[in-house]
Amino acid sequence: MNLLTQPIGVTHYLVVGAVMFVCGVVCMATKRNGIGMLMGVELVLNGANLNFIAFASPWLRQDSEYALGLDGHLLALFVIVLAAGEAAVALAIALNYYNNHGTIDVDRADDLKG
Amino acid sequence: MDLHSVLPMLLGLAWVAPLASFVLIVFLGPRMGKAGVAAGHVATLAIVTSFALSFLSMCLWFGHHPPTAVHHDDHAAEHHASSNNSLALTSVSLVRAEQPAKKADEPAPKSETKAPAKSETPAKSETPAKSEAPAEKSAPKTTEPAVETPAKAEEPAKAETPTADHAHDEHATTVAPIAGSWYSLAKFGNSSIDIGYYIDSLTVLMFVMVSLIASCIHFYAMGYMHDELHDITDKEVRLANGKLLHRPGRFYRFFQYLSLFCFSMFGVVIAGNIAMVFVFWELVGICSYFLIGFYYERHSASTAANKAFIVNRVGDFGMIIGLMALWGALGTFNFGDYEGTTADGKTETRPGLFNMVRPGEDRALIVPDGMVIAAAADRITAGETVEANLETWRKENLGYGLLIVAGLGIFCGCVGKSAQFPLHVWLPDAMEGPTPVSALVHSATMVAAGVYLVGRFYPVFTPEVLLTIAYIGGITLFIAATIAITATDIKRVLAYSTVSQLGYMMLALGLGGWLARVFHLITHAFFKSLLFMCSGSVIHACHTNDMTKMGGLRHKMPWTAYTMLIGCLAIAGAGIPLMDIGFSGYYSKDAIITQALEFRDANPSHFFLFLAPVVGAAITAFYMFRLWYMTFSGTPRDAEIHSHAHESPPIMYIPLVVLSVFAVCVGFSIPFLVAGIAIACFFMVQVWFDQNAAPGHDAHGHESHAHDSHSHEAHAHDSHAHNTHDDHAHDSHAAPAGPIKVRWVPLLVFSAAALLLAATLPWHNLTVTNMLEQTRPYTGVQTPLYGETVIPAEGHRFHTMASLVAFSTAALGFVLATLFYGVGTLNPVDVRRQFSNIYQFLWDKWRFDELYQVLFVGPVHVVSGWLAKVDKKIIDRGLDGLAQGTLAVSRLDDRIDRGWVDGFFTKLSDCAWSIALRLRGAQTGRLRQYVVFLAVGTVGLFVFITLLWNFAVAGP
Repeated sequence: MNLLTQPIGVTHYLVVGAVMFVCGVVCMATKRNGIGMLMGVELVLNGANLNFIAFASPWLRQDSEYALGLDGHLLALFVIVLAAGEAAVALAIALNYYNNHGTIDVDRADDLKG
Repeated sequence: MDLHSVLPMLLGLAWVAPLASFVLIVFLGPRMGKAGVAAGHVATLAIVTSFALSFLSMCLWFGHHPPTAVHHDDHAAEHHASSNNSLALTSVSLVRAEQPAKKADEPAPKSETKAPAKSETPAKSETPAKSEAPAEKSAPKTTEPAVETPAKAEEPAKAETPTADHAHDEHATTVAPIAGSWYSLAKFGNSSIDIGYYIDSLTVLMFVMVSLIASCIHFYAMGYMHDELHDITDKEVRLANGKLLHRPGRFYRFFQYLSLFCFSMFGVVIAGNIAMVFVFWELVGICSYFLIGFYYERHSASTAANKAFIVNRVGDFGMIIGLMALWGALGTFNFGDYEGTTADGKTETRPGLFNMVRPGEDRALIVPDGMVIAAAADRITAGETVEANLETWRKENLGYGLLIVAGLGIFCGCVGKSAQFPLHVWLPDAMEGPTPVSALVHSATMVAAGVYLVGRFYPVFTPEVLLTIAYIGGITLFIAATIAITATDIKRVLAYSTVSQLGYMMLALGLGGWLARVFHLITHAFFKSLLFMCSGSVIHACHTNDMTKMGGLRHKMPWTAYTMLIGCLAIAGAGIPLMDIGFSGYYSKDAIITQALEFRDANPSHFFLFLAPVVGAAITAFYMFRLWYMTFSGTPRDAEIHSHAHESPPIMYIPLVVLSVFAVCVGFSIPFLVAGIAIACFFMVQVWFDQNAAPGHDAHGHESHAHDSHSHEAHAHDSHAHNTHDDHAHDSHAAPAGPIKVRWVPLLVFSAAALLLAATLPWHNLTVTNMLEQTRPYTGVQTPLYGETVIPAEGHRFHTMASLVAFSTAALGFVLATLFYGVGTLNPVDVRRQFSNIYQFLWDKWRFDELYQVLFVGPVHVVSGWLAKVDKKIIDRGLDGLAQGTLAVSRLDDRIDRGWVDGFFTKLSDCAWSIALRLRGAQTGRLRQYVVFLAVGTVGLFVFITLLWNFAVAGP
């Protein structure tokens, strides 16, 4: 089974979502800039969102009776709202961190070291 | 004005005023100035308020119930008859013994009073203060023609009023008491215990008497207790380190106790039921305990306080038995009739104790239903009704024994409180307290409370009980009087004299002389408090109680000496027998001896009861004048003490003068009493004028100033020397006593004028005896169930004989005392040597203390020793073993706890600690690292689960 020869289905969305997720994780793991890390977070969340959307759509899959339907969309909306809130808080933290330390290098932020 | 609502309120206020003062001093005492000087003023103010209220209630009472003149006029007539015609008197007495039982319907006391009062005025002014009030003279006059004729000739008004039996006559004068309750403490079915009141003329008079004496003593105590305002070095108390005790003054505390005492005493007097009497009885006892032990650092004082308290408990034990007999059988403690609610909610009037025992018009003793039923408890069968058999049982005298038990029980309490024969030992020791206490508590009021209660309970006593009372009183009177002969401690002489006089009162009551007893109680209170306060004044001046170190003090302290002389004369019963004028003690003692004669006449076999008061009268006169001579006359025995002695300050001797006026005049009617007070005031003012004002007028005040300051200086010098001698500081308050100049002419003129004025005043019925007559419970002849003795009615036949007997015996005592101690014709030392055995016996106080030591204290000590040994050897050892066992078990438990349990938990926490230390390294604080960990962890988890999943699906 070759994905490239198949019509666009859930699987394709899942692949794209997985790629976005991995990109996000890598972004979080590698960026030293706090804002960069936030971007990674957004990628991770939206990768997950993509999965919800894919699973919600009845047209993308043969066994359409198992589609999540409106539930999937709702969950996606939740994640978006969550992401917005998280971004707001995180940016505030970043700003404060900058005020206190003069930088937003997350490697310097090891005050929570055990 | 409604007497029934006003009197309880007034007397209730008089009652609680000292309580208010007590509470105030308890809370604020130490802050009332230095050593609480204001406490004295507060307490005095309270008691003076009480006196004013009591006096007001007395005026109200006697305004509403004026004492009738029947007895007075009767007596005047009888007195005339007796002085004119002694034959007639004896025939009267013969007839009276028959006692006509029939009563007339027409008492008509008013018509009897008016006419003779006019015709007899001169005779009355001659003998105005007739103390005796015979209730029964008219009866024999009509039954015996020989006597009737002269009586008619003398008093035509009498003929119109036919026979009036004494019992009936008593009813004509008796005034119903005001009884009720303020507050109900507890209710048990139909019975309840109240805070109530029972007010009759006795209550009112007692209130006035107690509050008057207490007021005098409060003033006196402010002077006497002056030392307590400063720090005190008590030279009788040596501490363990050999130094003398030095303590702060306790002025306020003294007045605090004094106030509490007054409150309790009023409570006893006003109480409407016997339970309340008991409560205040105990309060009086505890006040006495506090006050005897006022100098509680002194061993003698604290043991005396204990002794008084314990001996009183013995008496109270009997009293509780009496209370139980009354409550158990009768179901009430109330004296008077009271309101009760029946089961169906109606109110009914129930008879009180007195009306239960003597329900009828004639006040004859009847065993109450409750006691009959209680005694017949084993005969009550289910079928019969109790009422059917009640009369039969009563005829069998069931329940009579219970009545005797109740009476004896109550009397037992009075024996303790009034220091009667078996329990008299505490009173002389109680003299350890300050002298004002002795005067108030141990002579005038508290010990009188016992006598008062016996008098109050008179209706409940059966003749058997009365006889017991008489014998106890007679024995006490004799023993105490003989001990007083040899005592040399001035206060102890007075203490034994008190015991002896209380014996007199008990004796009089037991012989049927209710009125004589209550009258003697009141007169004795006045002259005995006077005597005690005089002795206190002497002690204050000499700092010793020992009469053998005194002598010749008359010139140094004239006020004390002569007021005390008045007291001695009063207690000895000085008077002129045939004219019937005398000091207060003359009237009351005569009344007692009259009754003794009456009793002897009815029961010749009980001669002791006649002999005791007569011999006692002689001894009383002897020891009182011995005291006076030893203290005030002759040459000083101890020059040093004599040179330091000084007259007490006015705040101390003015109460003495007040009391001495009462000691003289209480037997008189009110106008003469007032005249006496006026004369005393005149005298005081004159002396004051002589001492203070007169020199100032002569020399423009300048000389007087110089004189004053000079005398002050001299005095200061004197007291300085005095201070070096001992520590009591007197200088601040000792009086600059000049010589008292008596100006006889103006004094006599004023006295004559006052007496004449008094003689013309109308209120000659207002004598204490006439007032008391209203309360007299019962006057008829009483015959006992067991034995032959007849308790005679309170009579008056032997009055003249009695006064002659009393006078001659007292004169004998006086002459002996004068020969021994006044003139020195006879040497007491010789007599002492001659009768050394008897002397030693009396000196040892009849060895009662030793006897009790052997009989009670010794055995108790031995048994206590045994018990202590049992306690130490057996019980303590067992407990020790138990404690040791517990200790061992605890040690074991400790080891387990610390070793094993604690060890396990320590290990556990150590383990957790080390793990935590290791894990700490993972917490780097680096976010990116965490993200990696998260990602790798998740992936790893997935891989792991997938592997497991495959394994699970594929199977092993």
